[in-house]
Amino acid sequence: MGNTIEVDIKVPNKTRYLSLIGKIGEDIARELERYSGDKEVLAYHLNLVLTEAMVNAIKHAGPKEPEKLVRIVITLHHDDLTIRVYDDGQGFDINTIPAPNFEELEDRGRGIFLIRTLMDSVAYRKNCKENMLEMKKKLG
Amino acid sequence: MNLATETRNDVVIIYVKEERLDAHNSTDLKSAVQKLFEDGKKNVLVDLKDVRFIDSSGLGALVSGFKNAISHQGNLKLSSLQSQVKSMFELTRLHRVFEIFPSTVEAVENFQS
Repeated sequence: MGNTIEVDIKVPNKTRYLSLIGKIGEDIARELERYSGDKEVLAYHLNLVLTEAMVNAIKHAGPKEPEKLVRIVITLHHDDLTIRVYDDGQGFDINTIPAPNFEELEDRGRGIFLIRTLMDSVAYRKNCKENMLEMKKKLG
Repeated sequence: MNLATETRNDVVIIYVKEERLDAHNSTDLKSAVQKLFEDGKKNVLVDLKDVRFIDSSGLGALVSGFKNAISHQGNLKLSSLQSQVKSMFELTRLHRVFEIFPSTVEAVENFQS
């Protein structure tokens, strides 16, 4: 696939749109012509990282402000997939989020772990206007 | 969220009739399980046959249910996981925590043994 695909979406920061965003990730996985791995597994993984990233954006953009939007940009260029999820909330420091303690049964705290496990690189950048969670995966 | 319940040999089976168990609906499942234990039920089985997708919130709701079971001297088990859902339990090591059965029949039998 030589062409670049870029999908730029804005949705209200509500959990009811998680399914919609996740499905876009699944569809992209199924469209990859040259991907040699299991497309259905990749479809699930993209659905999951998009879902987790959007939940994070909703949390950090403040659920009390339902009129706000979450912006998600998915870029596919050659074998490189990049997902960027923006929010204009207070943000968080991704480096202070610990890995889950597998010996303790916590209700929460597995979202960032799943993203980090399934993607090749994950970064969260803050500037004065907005925050961006950037997740990259090589599909070659 | 669409949940169906059935009682078989003192085991309350909750069928999650949703394709996705995620941050949008997992709180409903968490509350439903909590209510069963508060009402004095001891054996709860969550059947995930229809669930094609689970996220960290869905896993968290089940962990919460499991802890609820322990605090009420009860049991919470799982059945009928689709393969990709099961792989999420493995990735987060939760397959070591939950008793997971291929079918509701096998799970119900295990409660009796």
